[in-house]
Amino acid sequence: MSHIRKTPLYDIHRQLEAKMVDFHGWFLPVEYSGIIQEVQGTRQDAALFDVSHMGEFLITGKDAGQFLQEMLTNDLSRLKPGQVLYSPLCQQDGGTIDDLMVYCLDQERFFLVVNASNTIRDLQWLQEHQMEGAEVADVTEEYALIALQGPRSQNILQELTNTSLGQLPPFRFITNVSIVGITCLVSRTGYTGEDGFEIFCSPEKAPSLWEALWETGQKDSRGLIAAGLGARDLLRLEACLPLYGNELSRDISPLEAGLHRFVALEKHIPFVGQEALQRQYNKGLPRKLAGLEMLRRGVPRQGYSVVEEDEEIGLISSGSFSPTLNRSIALAFLPPEKTSPGTKLEVVIRGRQYPSRVVKIPFYRRGEK
Amino acid sequence: MKWNVPNGLFYTETHEWAKEENGSVVEVGITDYAQDKLGGVVFVELPEEGDVLSKGESIAVIESVKAVVDTYAPVTGKVVEVNRELEDRPEALNEAPYEEGWILKMEMENRQELEELMEQEQYREHVIKQEEEEQ
Repeated sequence: MSHIRKTPLYDIHRQLEAKMVDFHGWFLPVEYSGIIQEVQGTRQDAALFDVSHMGEFLITGKDAGQFLQEMLTNDLSRLKPGQVLYSPLCQQDGGTIDDLMVYCLDQERFFLVVNASNTIRDLQWLQEHQMEGAEVADVTEEYALIALQGPRSQNILQELTNTSLGQLPPFRFITNVSIVGITCLVSRTGYTGEDGFEIFCSPEKAPSLWEALWETGQKDSRGLIAAGLGARDLLRLEACLPLYGNELSRDISPLEAGLHRFVALEKHIPFVGQEALQRQYNKGLPRKLAGLEMLRRGVPRQGYSVVEEDEEIGLISSGSFSPTLNRSIALAFLPPEKTSPGTKLEVVIRGRQYPSRVVKIPFYRRGEK
Repeated sequence: MKWNVPNGLFYTETHEWAKEENGSVVEVGITDYAQDKLGGVVFVELPEEGDVLSKGESIAVIESVKAVVDTYAPVTGKVVEVNRELEDRPEALNEAPYEEGWILKMEMENRQELEELMEQEQYREHVIKQEEEEQ
């Protein structure tokens, strides 16, 4: 077996008796108290997630912004220091290499947060395309990342810092925030569909930061729990946030995955994949991501067929039982004409057809019940 | 050990239990260890009454949020009763794997097969060994 890395919070997960798994070369907790309870806890109160496996790059230089404009599908021209932007990273044919977050530190320094499964390939890709005036550095080892997610997140975090968090809107971040004396980058982002924060700090300080958040979150019946990868995957599915490897891949364009908003076809600076994506857009998409809701018990999973009158018309990209909606849900790639809400389709589960219908996505939106 | 292994039941290597009832009928379910490993059960696909199953054949498919597993017949026999409650309340498998979480009742063909299964102490050892291998 190849070497599996431990995050700085590994010992804490063990103490909490988490079930650990090898996730793309990292030992990470898949669950603590139970996936369903962890999803409910995140939606109702707050949860801590160790996401230190995420990759981090620093792009620096006078042409750093120009370089990223050429590499990413989203438009960075209006991105100001303190703002975060989500963007796919595409190859020439429009297939997706990764999806990532860009943090603008200043006009010559950008911080990228990428998927653990893609860190090495992203770095290679960016270095292959590197231009003069832009340096790419892998700084993954320099950061631990703790996500605090759920409606009580601000209440918990505010108790540990003098920086006013009420002033921090979604997709904004602050550097050099002191949390119990630990210097952190605090970002109002997440992967759960809830309000929350992602907190970057040095690996050495991560256990103290976790413990401080943990203790504060237990006080005054705030109900903070620890949540693992299992809950994280369900939370993001309910909120319809794409998962690389499921909704995105080298064979799937961001347009097919429903991410038009993050593909700036009209961008003045040509970017890798622009022509192919424009062609795909003009021609019409061959398949489109849609949401399915199961009408009977039964759990749709990645790779299962979606059929209409016994003919396969698409495949499930992600599926599960949703604790929040109390029914099974799935994302599927379907012919665009089959994606209107209300369309009745069958999902094949172990050779048997189960009825489902197309529903509007996201399945879950904060504040709606 | 944190998992409950009641005395008086028979256990398989694949973590099913069988409880002898009157006559040649056995009640079958999954063990506390099995339900804990699975996590929250959200769906159970059950067989039909009257199905004849051989020892080792799949009797039910259990889905948790993270996994799909087959459950196997501990003995050969005919299904005489199925716990339909599980269709509406699959979480009973987690909450009470030896009581409300039972899966089905079978009429055994050969009681010898039951004798060949593990009893409490042996099954405990089996679980401990499996845990050690996983670490």
